[in-house]
Amino acid sequence: MTGTVAGARTAARARTPRAVPVRTRLLRWSPLLPATVLLLLFLAGPIAYCVYLAFTDTQLTGQESASFVGLANFRHAFGDPGFRNAVVLTLVFTVVSSILGQNTLGLALAGLMRRASRPVRVLTGAVVITAWVLPEIVAGFLLYTFFERRGTLNAVLSWLHLPTQNWLFTLPILAVSFANVWRGTAFSMLIYSAALSDIPPEVTESAEVDGAGGLRRLWHITLPMIRRSIGTNLMLNTLQTLSVFGLIWAMTRGGPGNRSQTLPVFMYDQAFLKSLIGYGTAVALLLLLVGAVFAAGWLRLMREEV
Amino acid sequence: MPLPLPRRVVRRLAADAGLLVVAVAFAVPLLWLVLASLDAHATLRVRPPASPTLENFSAVLTDEITFTPMLNSLLICGGATLLTVVCAALAAYPLSRFRSRFARPYLLTILFSTCLPITAVMVPVYGLFVQINLIDTRYGTALFLAAAQLPFAVWLMKNFMDGVPRALEEAAWTDGASWWQTLLRVILPLMGPGLAVVAIYTFIMMWGNFFVPFMLLLSPEQLPASVSIFNFFGNYGAIAFGELAAFSLLYSTPVVLLYVLISRRLGGGFALGGAVKG
Repeated sequence: MTGTVAGARTAARARTPRAVPVRTRLLRWSPLLPATVLLLLFLAGPIAYCVYLAFTDTQLTGQESASFVGLANFRHAFGDPGFRNAVVLTLVFTVVSSILGQNTLGLALAGLMRRASRPVRVLTGAVVITAWVLPEIVAGFLLYTFFERRGTLNAVLSWLHLPTQNWLFTLPILAVSFANVWRGTAFSMLIYSAALSDIPPEVTESAEVDGAGGLRRLWHITLPMIRRSIGTNLMLNTLQTLSVFGLIWAMTRGGPGNRSQTLPVFMYDQAFLKSLIGYGTAVALLLLLVGAVFAAGWLRLMREEV
Repeated sequence: MPLPLPRRVVRRLAADAGLLVVAVAFAVPLLWLVLASLDAHATLRVRPPASPTLENFSAVLTDEITFTPMLNSLLICGGATLLTVVCAALAAYPLSRFRSRFARPYLLTILFSTCLPITAVMVPVYGLFVQINLIDTRYGTALFLAAAQLPFAVWLMKNFMDGVPRALEEAAWTDGASWWQTLLRVILPLMGPGLAVVAIYTFIMMWGNFFVPFMLLLSPEQLPASVSIFNFFGNYGAIAFGELAAFSLLYSTPVVLLYVLISRRLGGGFALGGAVKG
């Protein structure tokens, strides 16, 4: 694909001489207009509005006029135990489900699939990908039934004579993290499958001939060769995980108490259930900024592709 | 015959065993979905129904529970997909064919916005929609969904378009065709499969989206299936799990089938439009 991109680019360079009349140039770029308008109105607009709202004390219960309050919302946030709780839970959720869970499991599955027999490979792929394709809210309900006190997990545990517990009550953040692993691993698996199939077999074979064991091969050859895919995958997984709402909402609604209230759920809770739109938006803006940092990181990795 | 199994076979068996363990673990919730939908007395556990029945399906196949929400989903996501695909195809054309100082910054901005957490802007979007009277309208929701999905669609579409050779197009130019004739008659037909992938992928993402309609639609008769599914959780406990499963299955089937249609192109080296190929 890179080859064709480069080809098209050289061709484009050759085709566009310096002196294209302004009118032709405008006409040429006019198809960009509908998309740009839509993006400006419904994406850039809300983001700008978000920046504005975050500095006001707007409330849902229509007070006469919202006033500018400067950094008060942010100061409030950093002093608010609820916010700090949400930040910690978001970190746990991201590290456990995205970095440790989806990423590692996805890589392991992709690696095993290269050695496994075809029927097993196809079957596993189908199951893991189905979990990914299902709508978020359905995934939420399915894992709710799995982790619920009277659910399947406890049934399996008691069948194995292991202690059972009310997972959604004792370890809600771990339950939703595992739910996110269930739902998101397929993406990592697909990325890593593609990356591993790009490694020339001679490289692995010659390492094997040199007597490098499995773990050393993985550490010294495979991982360095797919490091860009690892970066891409970690960035995209993290971004995806930062904005998970439906899954958590369907399973726990952020509860019990606020023990699975990650930032998006906290934001929703403050803005709509507690009617503090200004404060909720300030939280949203912080979330957006964290997202932007990761997006910028990903862009650095992608720069050569554009 | 050597007694110990060859290393290759041992390795394959180990890999098979590892994959099967993961597959079984991942399959359990899916198994619940299928079994509970066929069980008139479904509980939270995976268990085969005592007497399989389609009662749950006939209970949910009513206007109020299934048909209206599904129709809403179809209208919202179908309309939004159409808008996204048209805008993306138009935008991709100059980005793929012409060169300009601002093409690269534009593409980088597009790429940047593909990964912004859309969840975070929903509060201001709600505020904005209240002020411009788009709140609780299906077309307003569709417009926002279209905009949210557009960056990725433009990026995918541009990559597909880059793969269409320019020779035929140049012939059309020489014959005096305008740019939109060229796009419509030459390029888009040539990238038919790519177009289908963009459209189907966009539709799948919208169909599964919960947060956007959850925030922007209020009246029950406008809600799509992704939000109306919460009606199974009444305020007073007692959830009909069998019916919930049956409805979930009905709601999920279209996207699973659509995914199967494009999976061959999504898998392998393609890995989501080359967008994520590192």
